[in-house]
Amino acid sequence: MIARIVQDSPVQTLAAEAASGTPEIIWSAIAPNLILMLGGVLLLTVVSLLRGKSPSWFPAVWTVVTASLALIALFPLWARVQDEGAQTVMAGAVGLDGFSLFVTGIICLSVIMGALLLEGYVRREGLEGAEWYVLLLLSASGGVTMASANDLIVMFIGLEILSVAAYVLTAMHSKRISSQEAGLKYFVLGAFASAFLLYGIALTYGATGSTNLVRIQRFLSDTVITQNGLLLAGFAFMLVGFGFKIGAAPFHTWAPDVYQGAPSPVTAYMASGIKAAGFAGLLRVFVVTFGPTYGADWRPMVYALAVLSLLVGSFMAIVQTNVKRMLAYSSISHAGFILVAVEASSTQGTSAALFYLLAYTFMVTGSFAIVTIMGRTGDGTHALDDYRGLGRARPGLALIFTVFLLAQAGVPFTAGFLSKFYVINSVVAEGQYALAVIAMVSAVVAAFLYLRVVVAMYFSEDPAAELMESRIKVPVGASIALVIAVVGTLWLGIVPGAVTNVANDAVAQLVAFKS
Amino acid sequence: MIGTLLNSTSLLLASEFAEESANASNFPMIPALIITPLIGAIIIALIPRSRSDLYKQIAVITSVITGAFSIAMLVAFNTRDSGYQFVIDQPWISDLGISLHFGVDGISLFLVVLTGVIFPIALLGAKVDHDPKPYYGWLMVLMAASMGVFSSLDLVLFFAFFELVLVPMYFLIGLWGHSNRVYAATKFFLYTMLGSAFMLVGLVSLAVLNARAMGGPITFDLVEIAKNQAISVTAGRWIFCAFAVAFAVKVPLFPLHTWLPDAHTEAPTAGSVILAAVMLKLGTYGFIRFGLDLFPEASHWAAPVMMTLGVIGIIYGAVCATMQKDLKRLVAYSSIAHLGFIVLGVFAFSVQGLEGSILIMVNHGISTGALFLLVGWIYERRHTRQIAELSGLQKVAPIFAGVFTLVMLSSIGVPGLNGFPGEFLVLLGSFASARWWGVVAVSGVILAALYLLWAYQRVFHGPVTEPNKGFRELRLTEGLVIAPLLVLIVFLGLYPKPMLDRIEPSVERLLAHVDAEVDGFELREVKFVAPLPGEVEAGHTEAGKTEAGHTEGKP
Repeated sequence: MIARIVQDSPVQTLAAEAASGTPEIIWSAIAPNLILMLGGVLLLTVVSLLRGKSPSWFPAVWTVVTASLALIALFPLWARVQDEGAQTVMAGAVGLDGFSLFVTGIICLSVIMGALLLEGYVRREGLEGAEWYVLLLLSASGGVTMASANDLIVMFIGLEILSVAAYVLTAMHSKRISSQEAGLKYFVLGAFASAFLLYGIALTYGATGSTNLVRIQRFLSDTVITQNGLLLAGFAFMLVGFGFKIGAAPFHTWAPDVYQGAPSPVTAYMASGIKAAGFAGLLRVFVVTFGPTYGADWRPMVYALAVLSLLVGSFMAIVQTNVKRMLAYSSISHAGFILVAVEASSTQGTSAALFYLLAYTFMVTGSFAIVTIMGRTGDGTHALDDYRGLGRARPGLALIFTVFLLAQAGVPFTAGFLSKFYVINSVVAEGQYALAVIAMVSAVVAAFLYLRVVVAMYFSEDPAAELMESRIKVPVGASIALVIAVVGTLWLGIVPGAVTNVANDAVAQLVAFKS
Repeated sequence: MIGTLLNSTSLLLASEFAEESANASNFPMIPALIITPLIGAIIIALIPRSRSDLYKQIAVITSVITGAFSIAMLVAFNTRDSGYQFVIDQPWISDLGISLHFGVDGISLFLVVLTGVIFPIALLGAKVDHDPKPYYGWLMVLMAASMGVFSSLDLVLFFAFFELVLVPMYFLIGLWGHSNRVYAATKFFLYTMLGSAFMLVGLVSLAVLNARAMGGPITFDLVEIAKNQAISVTAGRWIFCAFAVAFAVKVPLFPLHTWLPDAHTEAPTAGSVILAAVMLKLGTYGFIRFGLDLFPEASHWAAPVMMTLGVIGIIYGAVCATMQKDLKRLVAYSSIAHLGFIVLGVFAFSVQGLEGSILIMVNHGISTGALFLLVGWIYERRHTRQIAELSGLQKVAPIFAGVFTLVMLSSIGVPGLNGFPGEFLVLLGSFASARWWGVVAVSGVILAALYLLWAYQRVFHGPVTEPNKGFRELRLTEGLVIAPLLVLIVFLGLYPKPMLDRIEPSVERLLAHVDAEVDGFELREVKFVAPLPGEVEAGHTEAGKTEAGHTEGKP
């Protein structure tokens, strides 16, 4: 079912480039990544030169504009990929294909949302500074590198750029001890996971003789390895590394603490952008590279990860009393759902995962936008009890949050329903009925979690006293973010056709994934 | 004013449709049924809270317009056509073969009309004490979703509406319900969602297997898949079971019924009326449309189990109802018994059984909707639903008692009122094909008389105790609100032929489909079992009339 490798272009150009010594660099092919990275560096320079004379909104606007430019830069590349087909650039190290462009779009979107949320947040918390935005842009650049990497080493570099910036962002709230704690926790465990990934890459290199994904795929389909222990160990180690980044059980233990401790806008970015980059890496390495030949070996591992994430995510979520922790566990269960699509290991599954990641970006950044607003000064009021009576105090906010929660629960005519539907469709097409049933039933368990928040907001008799007294301020940036998220959530749920087609086209034009 | 509006609109539409009945589908009737209430909901959402008096008016007007559309549809419906009418088919998600495919046939027509009639009555009949804006807004969303679910002919579209009805109902119970409302609302939501989880996997599997067997592109079109019957017997049975779980929760069938007494009792009056009249039919409608039509073989295979569960529901619901101390809970349990009859009739696989089931679906909606309305009015007056605290109401409110008597008798299934023809046809149909289930089910009729009459006796007869002295007589407005239901109770009891004429072609088409697909299926009509025990025919003299009217209607 999955395509054989592309015999012609990538490998040949690769050989030609290798022969000529210095690879040719096609700068336009990595334009979105360059825009993000240069935007970050320039922002740092400009703000340093201005020495605090820039208005406080300046870095946020700069970041939004930069990410939007990166988004715009995707369009010519997309047209090129659709015309000329998937291609590799930079001596085969970077894949320019629909898949990488789609994920880049998701990451840019989550940067825009993160920056919009940060704007009001840093002002409220008295932590103004350009560092937040610089780190955000650099982290996103790492994510884009990871999503488009066609070489395991490049992928690792991307992951590190992504992660190191994220570690710092997590610990950036200097007035909250829990933020520092979360940063340290994320860093230690993240470094550990990176080491696993690197070790897995080394073992895979040992088994296949290359770090280039196209070459690995070609090697594996041409050669039967009699002693494949090395390769299988490589799979397992890499899966640990990716599993950590996407927050899949049993490598999820960092997620609740870090989600809770990190500044809320950073959590929004973490749950959308970082997760998308992690899944992009996972899909490219496992589904695209190892899928055709070693699917039977790694799919059971992903099966187990998916089931565990679904169960742990949904069951642990319903006993939490902190909304941020609830959303952290729910994000684990969403990761499980996307893993189900990965397990399908098909073009359909990959496009379902892409659709899910985009839909989830809208839903989760919207949810964390509400959490950011509700956190109030100090970013501390996240207990479920703090949401009691929100439906009466701020009906608008409560209704919007309800939309996001119900969308995450998978209610029809929202993005959440169709993303679940596509995943189930892809996995059933592969005959995995049991996995489909487990996924849907755990979605029902998770629905209880979302209902608990709705109950707190609308049905509680005694509203939180503080909620009634203190006026909740919705900054301009956050309200723009909310509008984007609501429109996206409903748009993907009601008229999904265009996005579905884009996701399908994206997967159709995937390096070494053509039929 | 509203009445005239209704009349003029329906007349206008009726005349329009009479002119162009040949191509009645010119006007997008079904989208109008779905979009009108949604427009109402949006208007309500946009009106500021300072004009809170407008919410109810807008809700009533839009629901009456929707009701008028549904009645216009009834008028324009072609009686001789057994297929789907007013069909709309537009692509939605084209690469997965999901389309906006709508249409009604004789089976769904009356459920659409019932929805159109019940909503305005529920809106007018029940008061809301706080937060009118979301209340009317959610009710309008609920109306749109209910219309959608009964007219969808695409599996994914149906599923989407089927799930969507949960959200407004959840808020209606949770925000305006009685003391234990949060528990009831959450239980209702999760129970139904759990059932739907299996159905989603089932419907995707069905589409995938169907596409694989047919070799074509994937499609979720109900008509197409039902026609193909391409999947294997084993797969069909498994997928039927997945669907059956979802519908059994919605019906609800024993032992998946426990959400119902809570949800019905805790819901506000309008919510209970709609739950009983419209929501409960989703399950049984699903069994007919998505069980029998999609999986004739599997439904036939599962019929003994389903009929057994139906009969258990009849007896269990009746016994539980007898023991209730809370009047509303009693009515809720009586629904379980009625729905048991419907399931029995559906899985009896006979023309009479199916027709009877569809009749009960509509008539249960009318009588139980009216009962919940009356119980709601009792609660408004006395702030209690405990049977023990009510006594002698007949003496202080004779008209109220009279209305209650009529509705109660219709719910019992007394001949001449609307509850009777359906139950009789179901029993007739099940005697023909599954005699022993029919025999046990008959006792349910007696039990229904027992629990309702006993409750009536305790509430309305007896001495007028002190707190019941001030019990207010039926107001004129209340009388006007419930009057359409009373008229329907009497009319459909005496003359169900217009309904049967429209239902019959579709039912016969469905059973012909079953006959063609199931090996060794033998359509058993009552005429094949002439030596039926004499007391059944002789014991129901009224039955002869109904039956006679019914056979006359046959072409």
